[in-house]
Amino acid sequence: MGEMNDIFKLGREALHGIEQRLGMSRRDYLQFCATLAVTMGLPKGADAAVAKAIESAKRPSVIWLHFQECTGCTESLLRAEHPTLEKLILEIISLDYHETLMAAAGHQAEAARKDAMKANKGKYVLVIEGAIPVKENGNYCKIGGHTAIDLLKECAADAAAVIAIGSCASWGGMPSTGPNPSGASSVAEVLGKPVVTIPGCPPNPYNFLATVVHFLTFGKLPEVDKLGRPKFAYSRLVHENCERRAHFDAGRFAMEFGDAGHRQGYCLYKLGCKGPETYANCPTLGFGDAGENNWPVGCGHPCIGCTEKGVGFAKPIHQLATMKNVAPPLQYARIVEEQGKGASFASAAALAALAGAAAGAAVMLTRNLGLSHAAAEAERAKSEGKPQDKARG
Amino acid sequence: MDSRRDFLKGVLASSAALTAAAVAPPACARETLSVPTGALGLLYDATLCIGCKACVAACKEVNNNPPEFSTEDHLWDTPLDTSGYTFNLIKMYRNGSMETKDAEVNGYAFMKTSCMHCADPSCVSACPVSAMTKDAVTGIVSYDPSACVGCRYCVVACPFGIPKYQYDSPTGKIGKCELCRHRTKDGHYSACAEVCPTGATLYGKTSDLLLEAKRRIALKPGSVTRYPRGKLGGPDQSYEGPVGKYLQHVYGEKEYGGTQVLKLSSVNFEKVGQPNLPPKSSAATSETIQHSLYGGLIMPIAVLGALSFIAKKNVHDEDDSDGNGTGEK
Amino acid sequence: MAQHQHASPTPVGGSLINAATLVCGVLIAIMAAILLVRFVFGLGAVTNVNDGYSWGIWVVVDVMIGSALACGGFSVALLVYIFNKGEYHPLIRPALLASLFGYTLAGGGIFFDLGRWWNFWHIFWPGYVNANSVMFEVAACVTAYIMVMWIEFSPVFLEKLGLHDAKKKLTKALFFFIALGMVLPMMHQASLGTMLVVMGGQVNPLWQTPMVPLIYLLTAIVIGYGVVLFESCVAASAYRRKIEMHLLNPMSKVMLGVLAVYLLVRLADLLARGALGEAFKPNLQAVAFWLENLCFVAPFFLIGNVESRRNPARLFLAGIAIMLGGILLRLNGFLIGYGHHTGSGWTYFPSFTEVMVTTGMFSVEVLGYIIITRRFPVLPRENAQVAS
Repeated sequence: MGEMNDIFKLGREALHGIEQRLGMSRRDYLQFCATLAVTMGLPKGADAAVAKAIESAKRPSVIWLHFQECTGCTESLLRAEHPTLEKLILEIISLDYHETLMAAAGHQAEAARKDAMKANKGKYVLVIEGAIPVKENGNYCKIGGHTAIDLLKECAADAAAVIAIGSCASWGGMPSTGPNPSGASSVAEVLGKPVVTIPGCPPNPYNFLATVVHFLTFGKLPEVDKLGRPKFAYSRLVHENCERRAHFDAGRFAMEFGDAGHRQGYCLYKLGCKGPETYANCPTLGFGDAGENNWPVGCGHPCIGCTEKGVGFAKPIHQLATMKNVAPPLQYARIVEEQGKGASFASAAALAALAGAAAGAAVMLTRNLGLSHAAAEAERAKSEGKPQDKARG
Repeated sequence: MDSRRDFLKGVLASSAALTAAAVAPPACARETLSVPTGALGLLYDATLCIGCKACVAACKEVNNNPPEFSTEDHLWDTPLDTSGYTFNLIKMYRNGSMETKDAEVNGYAFMKTSCMHCADPSCVSACPVSAMTKDAVTGIVSYDPSACVGCRYCVVACPFGIPKYQYDSPTGKIGKCELCRHRTKDGHYSACAEVCPTGATLYGKTSDLLLEAKRRIALKPGSVTRYPRGKLGGPDQSYEGPVGKYLQHVYGEKEYGGTQVLKLSSVNFEKVGQPNLPPKSSAATSETIQHSLYGGLIMPIAVLGALSFIAKKNVHDEDDSDGNGTGEK
Repeated sequence: MAQHQHASPTPVGGSLINAATLVCGVLIAIMAAILLVRFVFGLGAVTNVNDGYSWGIWVVVDVMIGSALACGGFSVALLVYIFNKGEYHPLIRPALLASLFGYTLAGGGIFFDLGRWWNFWHIFWPGYVNANSVMFEVAACVTAYIMVMWIEFSPVFLEKLGLHDAKKKLTKALFFFIALGMVLPMMHQASLGTMLVVMGGQVNPLWQTPMVPLIYLLTAIVIGYGVVLFESCVAASAYRRKIEMHLLNPMSKVMLGVLAVYLLVRLADLLARGALGEAFKPNLQAVAFWLENLCFVAPFFLIGNVESRRNPARLFLAGIAIMLGGILLRLNGFLIGYGHHTGSGWTYFPSFTEVMVTTGMFSVEVLGYIIITRRFPVLPRENAQVAS
């Protein structure tokens, strides 16, 4: 009830404006805000803050650059359905430059980019998709006559925030697979400073969406780990949330694709699943807006660790993963465990009583024996004394 | 005078008996047995073990053992140690912050606990009714409940604390790993080795496993090598992986004459629950004493003869007196 | 020279119903009830034996210590029939009776502890027997010894039943059974100690040694004399009879002699193995070790000189000290000193029901001793007899 009041604080006018602008019903809109808030792990009531942020008419400018990429990240975003992406992203933010989605091309496109950068200096969000080649002075990737390196540095200079989407921009991704002939590098490496990264090949679109909305709502980016990955999405291993985890714990593994175990959905660790060393939230969200179970492992293929540098596109797909974090439950048997029943009250009391009785009896008997001995000795002394007296006497 | 003479006779007889005893031993020393040539066993590599306990679950299943609970909610099989119903267990070594796997300080490591199938098993020597026997060919130490009297001498004798009794049953049996000998007829081998995802538990002939163990400890830590899984000599399930930091000791090579289950570890063996045992088995010491004293019943009969001779002379009518106690001597 | 004329054995007579027998009866009834539960529900239902300590007081106290305390017959027989100290003859029957009861109970008591007791006959059956097992040898010798003792004791029953001819025939062959009745205890009492050997390093070095058979044999002999001292004093007091000081006094000298040999062997063994250091560690085992040896050394202070040996109170205490020492030696080896490695982490303390069964077993022995001495010719006749 409280949330509804908060949302009503937005005012009928604002909500009416949103309905018209976004072409979605109030209910659908509030549902979207709630979904985003939940994805980011925000506390109850935050969906109201999200709603408020989105309803404001000012739409921040976003410049989206493509370098050594397959456009999979964009494609992944295009598959977001709640609601359809073009409505939200094109309306909530002002996507001023996106090579795949914008209508313009050539000099017109470059001009649009420069104008947007000038008009929104210091306030636009820069999104990078794809790796940046550094070998041969970056000649392996040129757009509009400029190398990727130069473009990146130019655009990043006046950006309010830089987000690297996809594994390629985050750490080099597939283009950086050994021997990496073009010197494909991450955004952070080229800029020389940490940036927010949303790794994945492709990443789940909601990880990116939620990060952007967080920025809009709170004016700052969400909490990130030391690699710049938002913690709400990348702080847990795939292994920790995997729906097949019980099979791993019980030792039920698929040995070959299509064997009995595989058909029954057993753990894919022996087939090389990299879940145990990959940080991502794939098992929780699923892909294609079809919910959980819609991710590689859910479909019967081992995780390849696409978000993780050193794992994805580096380790062979069927090579056994290294367990990153075992963290067994507290009751995992120790080398030495304290077991066995100690002394119970009844038992100790019984033994004490027995010992006491025995000691008491022994003491009494000793005393009696001692006394009778003393008496006997006195008798002996007396009787020994008498004959002598008699002899003398 | 007579009593003094008899006393001296008694002393002489006992001395003779004792001397015979003192001379006999060297001829009766029982050497520590060694691992038979066709012996089967396991190689457990703690650096490969990830503590998944698939082997614990598999062992329970193939032996029809019930789960054991150590938490309040009786939901998961969580034994704290092997028992009459748990023949195999993985235990965890913990130290400090437990950050690094296989580190002795501020680390954690795993260790498998199951029957070592010793070359000279204490349990086999101890068992008075041959319920514990060692197969002459495979060397597997087996248990026969139909012969067992439940004296639990095997339980107290085993240096690894492996045979365990079922105290909760009036018809309790001893339970321990028997290397899945009941599954070989179906073409299977030890379930723990069959199911192990990393090949930490490997099945095969002990002689081959020992070679594999020595190969591993000679490798440079951090280098890459090929690790077999399942059964040595069986279908190839091997994989490539990094080499850990092994202690330069194959546990089970010499201990008590050797064991058919060998172990490799990064952490000191005593800290992970493996006792420090000498090459001479306690069974050898025990049986040497027994054979020296009673071998062929030579000494007992000699002593019996001497004592009978003396007793005959000293048992007088006074022993069966009907009332007149005229005792002399 | 002391005269060897001694009174012939006679039943003490008197009523069998008194405080002692009633208390024993109650304790035995409790024991029976607990044993019923044990056989229906298993060992775990009434005992605290566990995976770390599989042998508890039913094995160590009832069987091992019980049989050691029953060595009176063996020790006195050595004196009488080997060293021809005929003057100790009156001690034979009561000592033998106590031994008979102690061993029969120890043998019977094993059944309470055997987990698969219906297979017990396997321990004697050639198809099953493992001749290398120390336990086999102990079981075979104890069983044989029990049979021999019943044979040795049968003259008492034959006398009471008036079968004098049968008794004469038996007496002719008796010497062989007497000799057997000395070889068998030597074998199994030593082997009870040897049972520790296969346990290896699980037993504290203070009690784990290849010399253990000799140590257990010497203490068994010494305990036998100690028990005779103890029981003579108790029986004399209970039946209001005179204590046979003229027998106990010299016997205690023999006891001190054997005790001295034992202590020398024990010390030499500890020094040779360099194990004495264990006795100075701040733990329970060290304390138990000193307690045990304090008991063994005490007799030298109690009855070390001629004068003190004339005091029955001191003889009684010395007997108790020896018994305690022997008890502690066995308790320490099998329970208190056991558990390194495989027992680590485990605790064992007998449960109430476990203690009550052990108490019941000793009550059977006491009750049996009372019944037999009162109704059968065991104790020597005495002029002034008062039924208590």
